[in-house]
Amino acid sequence: MLTIRQAHAKRVKQRSITIAVISTIAAIALVYFLVPLAPGWPAVKKSFFNAEIFIKTFPTLLDAFMLDVMIFLWCAPLIAILGLIIALCRDVRSPALYPLRLFGAIYTDVLRGIPVVLIVYLIGFGVPGLGLSRPWNSPYIWGSLALILTYSAYVAEIFRSGIESVHSSQRAAAESLGLSPSDTMRFVVLPQAIRRVVPANMNMFIALQKDVALLSFIGPVEVLRQAGVYKSLYANFTPYVAAAVIFLIITIPATRFADHLMSKQQRERS
Amino acid sequence: MLLKSSLSIATVCVGLLLSTSSAFAADSCATGKTLKDGVLTIATGNPSYFPWVLDNDPKAGKGFEAAVAYEVATRMGFDKDNVEWTTASFDASIQPGEKNFDFNLQQFSITEDREKVVDFSVPYYSAAMAVLTRKPIQEKGAKPELESLKGLLWGASSATTGVPMLNKLIKPDDKPLLYNDNNDVVAAMKANQIDAALFDLPTAMYLGAVVLDDGVVLGQFPADRSENPDQFGLLMTEGNPLKNCVDEALEAMKEDGTLASIEAEWLQQTTSVPLIK
Amino acid sequence: MSKLELINIHKSFGERKVCSGINLTVNDGEMVCLIGASGSGKSTLLRCMNLLEEIDEGEILLNGEDISLPGLDPQQIRQQIGIVFQSYNLFPHMNALENVMLAPRRTHKRSKDELRPEIEELFKRFGLADRMLNYPDQLSGGQQQRVAVIRALAMKPKIMLFDEITSALDPELVAEVLDVLRQLHREGMTMVLATHEMSFAKELADKVCFLDAGEILEEGPPEAIFSNPKQTRTQAFLKSVL
Repeated sequence: MLTIRQAHAKRVKQRSITIAVISTIAAIALVYFLVPLAPGWPAVKKSFFNAEIFIKTFPTLLDAFMLDVMIFLWCAPLIAILGLIIALCRDVRSPALYPLRLFGAIYTDVLRGIPVVLIVYLIGFGVPGLGLSRPWNSPYIWGSLALILTYSAYVAEIFRSGIESVHSSQRAAAESLGLSPSDTMRFVVLPQAIRRVVPANMNMFIALQKDVALLSFIGPVEVLRQAGVYKSLYANFTPYVAAAVIFLIITIPATRFADHLMSKQQRERS
Repeated sequence: MLLKSSLSIATVCVGLLLSTSSAFAADSCATGKTLKDGVLTIATGNPSYFPWVLDNDPKAGKGFEAAVAYEVATRMGFDKDNVEWTTASFDASIQPGEKNFDFNLQQFSITEDREKVVDFSVPYYSAAMAVLTRKPIQEKGAKPELESLKGLLWGASSATTGVPMLNKLIKPDDKPLLYNDNNDVVAAMKANQIDAALFDLPTAMYLGAVVLDDGVVLGQFPADRSENPDQFGLLMTEGNPLKNCVDEALEAMKEDGTLASIEAEWLQQTTSVPLIK
Repeated sequence: MSKLELINIHKSFGERKVCSGINLTVNDGEMVCLIGASGSGKSTLLRCMNLLEEIDEGEILLNGEDISLPGLDPQQIRQQIGIVFQSYNLFPHMNALENVMLAPRRTHKRSKDELRPEIEELFKRFGLADRMLNYPDQLSGGQQQRVAVIRALAMKPKIMLFDEITSALDPELVAEVLDVLRQLHREGMTMVLATHEMSFAKELADKVCFLDAGEILEEGPPEAIFSNPKQTRTQAFLKSVL
């Protein structure tokens, strides 16, 4: 038997679930029935949601996406390492090492201030133009470097915020035990800092997974470029929709996971 | 006798032209079918390239496509002052919705798949595909033979119909690199990231002679080798009522040799470029 | 044998003077208690003693040697003077054993296996043998503070400093931590405490110093300070806390 209060709570909960379900269905139905009423819908459907073209292009696009995944896989660890190094540069306290600190600050300011696609262009075409020989002028190398440079600047800032979020009393405790500054950083500050910024970095890497497509500007035929080829071949935008679907298959679970980590961490801290 | 008859044909032609053009003004096949009444709006690329349009200024009527456009307009009954120019990319031309042009010309190749989405006029130019490379590559032994081309590192502009041709005909050993536009392809050639690139012949000749310091047009594909010989058409929205009118004008230009003379005036002689074996 | 002498210590944070001419001698095996209102400079004085804060003027002699001279390696000195803080400051990502082992492993370059027996012994001595593998958030405040003491002791310091180590604890947990201090005192550790536990100071201190506005206003054996304070400020302070 439920008490009066429990019964009431149960009723309230059931009602709010019902309302949520009904309003969701209504919203979907509205989109489903109203959008096709738009005068341009048949044309839009034909050139963006063309099932025939979708089926025809999807396998090749998925194949091209593997290149995105590969580029991501070799960029991500390098970004994490370089980002950490830059963050540590920005944290050095000894006056003799001030140039490092200055370098860290300029690095993050400059690279976060330029659109990624510009860096990809400038480095991807510019550096090989200096006269490097193959394979050292490969757009894969320099395009990846452009991503690594840009993203490590963001990741460095995230690491730095993590380092700063570790309370100064932790450093004091470590130093009072006679640990050297580098040991203090390595064993006390960094492990805590890195753990705290995992969700923020996850979001960075989700963004990276998408920005890998920018490498197509300097040659590599990854999924965005392949979709572009199909687009001009079939004069139809459906391949772009297919590419978007492929990205979502990866990024939605990753985003959910990052959010999950983030809220878990917030619960733990409060 | 012979001379006389050809002369008389010419007179008839001129007479016909004169009489019809005055008739067009009153009641041309384009009346009421254009975007703006009494005005023909033509789109081209931004920028538009030599030798198709000179100095990115189609209004001047210089360059092959600019000249063709004005000739077509005249035959449709629009004098020079009633032609307006605009710019529209390929993407903007194939997307659903209203367009800002009556027809669009910027070396659009006519293909069956594209025909499903837009209308093309009859072709105004048949372009051979050509291989652009640089002297160092040629010196290293690149020859206009399929077997030799296979081993090169290829590039192309991703929007061209040359991409499928590259993959099906040349079948390069290494995956080709594709770029947003011709400028980026050339940038990649300069950076030595690719050995060779596929362009339509006039574009290849221009880029090889003007943009690249050491450019060489290695060879052109004979028409029968191209899967569908690249033919450029004026692009119109699907079901555009102007199509017949445009086609008539182009057909007439072909018949009386105007198109050929425009081509001779603006496009270089291409016979010097060897055929690819 | 460990003896700590502070001679004419001055320390300011910007305009604010926190130590103005402090003289203090801590003899071998002595327990010295610093009392005074919060903000009177007790914590800063302790932090100066193990060089977490740099002094502006004066000398700090450890067994006759000035450890405050610029250019000395502060790590070397801190290894000889342990400190325990009010807020424990255990490393949250390590369990109790790892917390304790980190500094000896890194600074004395000794392996885990080599250290393990003596560290286990320390945990046993302070009644935490069954808690060695717990993480800080699985320990009570009193247990955490005891681990913090063990962590400092594992470096085998000559002198131990305690900065209000019971202030953050729930009242029922204070006793277990004070017991640890009693035990250390019995074992002959030389100690300096900043504390609010007046009855504890009265019971165990060899010397009590009353700090006020960065000065030691009055010092002496606990009986003298607590039963017969000479200065009016000392009297006022004791009246407010007792």
